Amino acid sequence: MTYSIEARDLRLDYRGSPALRGLDFRLAGGGIYGLIGRNGSGKTSLLSLVASLMKPTSGTLLVDGEDPFENPRTMPDVCLVQDRVKDSGDEMWKVGGYLRTAAALRPHWDQEYADRLVDLFELPQRKRLSSLSLGKRSALNIVIGLASRAPVTIFDEAYVGLDAPSRYAFYDEVLSDYMAHPRTVIMSSHLVEEVDSLFEEVLILDEGRLLAHEDTDDLRSRGVSLTGPTRAVDDLRPGLTVLNEQVLGGTTSITVYGDLDEDTLSHARAAGVEAGPVRLQDLFVHLTRKDRR
Amino acid sequence: MFDDRSPIYQQIADKIKNDVLSGELPADAQVMSTNQYAAFYRINPATAAKAFRQLIDEGVLYKKRGIGMFVSGEARPVLLAQRRERFFREVVDVMLAEARVLGISLDDVVRHIETGRGTQK
Repeated sequence: MTYSIEARDLRLDYRGSPALRGLDFRLAGGGIYGLIGRNGSGKTSLLSLVASLMKPTSGTLLVDGEDPFENPRTMPDVCLVQDRVKDSGDEMWKVGGYLRTAAALRPHWDQEYADRLVDLFELPQRKRLSSLSLGKRSALNIVIGLASRAPVTIFDEAYVGLDAPSRYAFYDEVLSDYMAHPRTVIMSSHLVEEVDSLFEEVLILDEGRLLAHEDTDDLRSRGVSLTGPTRAVDDLRPGLTVLNEQVLGGTTSITVYGDLDEDTLSHARAAGVEAGPVRLQDLFVHLTRKDRR
Repeated sequence: MFDDRSPIYQQIADKIKNDVLSGELPADAQVMSTNQYAAFYRINPATAAKAFRQLIDEGVLYKKRGIGMFVSGEARPVLLAQRRERFFREVVDVMLAEARVLGISLDDVVRHIETGRGTQK
């Protein structure tokens, strides 16, 4: 079961300042979507609206075609995993009881899968949440997200505190469980490099605005680094958005964003300019740099 | 896993083509499924599917509905012809340009190749 998610001029003011400044996008559903942005860019605000923890200030948000806020049909089907235990009242729960509560709230819960994940992440069933390390808490929340099989499953920086082997175990589970049980998965992250190959589409948020929403490969192919003799590189500049520039002696390297046609590229190569790829992580860093705002 | 130099689906397609060229994947051999590729390389299945679509369009693979994807009979000869053409443009020409920069004469290059061939066999 997969749900679409749609936003139209979606705005949210949070504690007196604008957190989301008019978002428009549509996720068809049934994919793994990446939401990337710097701290404070509005990722958590947006995801909280989808999970109906808050109500938009204005604009429209639709989950499976309906307003999700206090919506008894969609709410159990949207599972938001965050990097923290939501409520300090949860601290006294034992891991086992916490999982049983989650199971009772989620109509698509798979207990067998939950048990397997508890083993995988070595979660101590009898311990209280208050005695768990940060990494084990994250793992517990991740288990809930995965085993919920919720038609909309959201991991908001869910990996915080996990060591690298556990993070990769998490990524592998997201991928294999998504393939076995297709649903709408949203992952927010700023560790772009580790996860970008999982994303079918990427949304980049910056200061409450949607900077880009594209097929991951298309977005990646828009970034090109051009390195060569300064004069030859300068000849290429007109019409290109230059994100970054480095000069070393007579050699200049620029990172550009946009569609470079094959003709321009082969001219560039003939003039001694080398065209190289830009990693999504670098593209993200350059696109959201402070001095570009 | 991937070098970032080209889209991931392109790199998967190239890897399969290389396996066909080397004979590791002979005609009518079944290739791994989209989901197996996705899990193995930790990539989105839509990305893997793009690679397979391209290979089917190019006639390298063919699909048997409900069973899987297989290497087509003409895949290897077609790929060989393409690669042979590319070899001179992308390997030999580049090597000769480098030799020119280094002041190595064409005669020296030819002599090296001829003696190299002798020792190889």
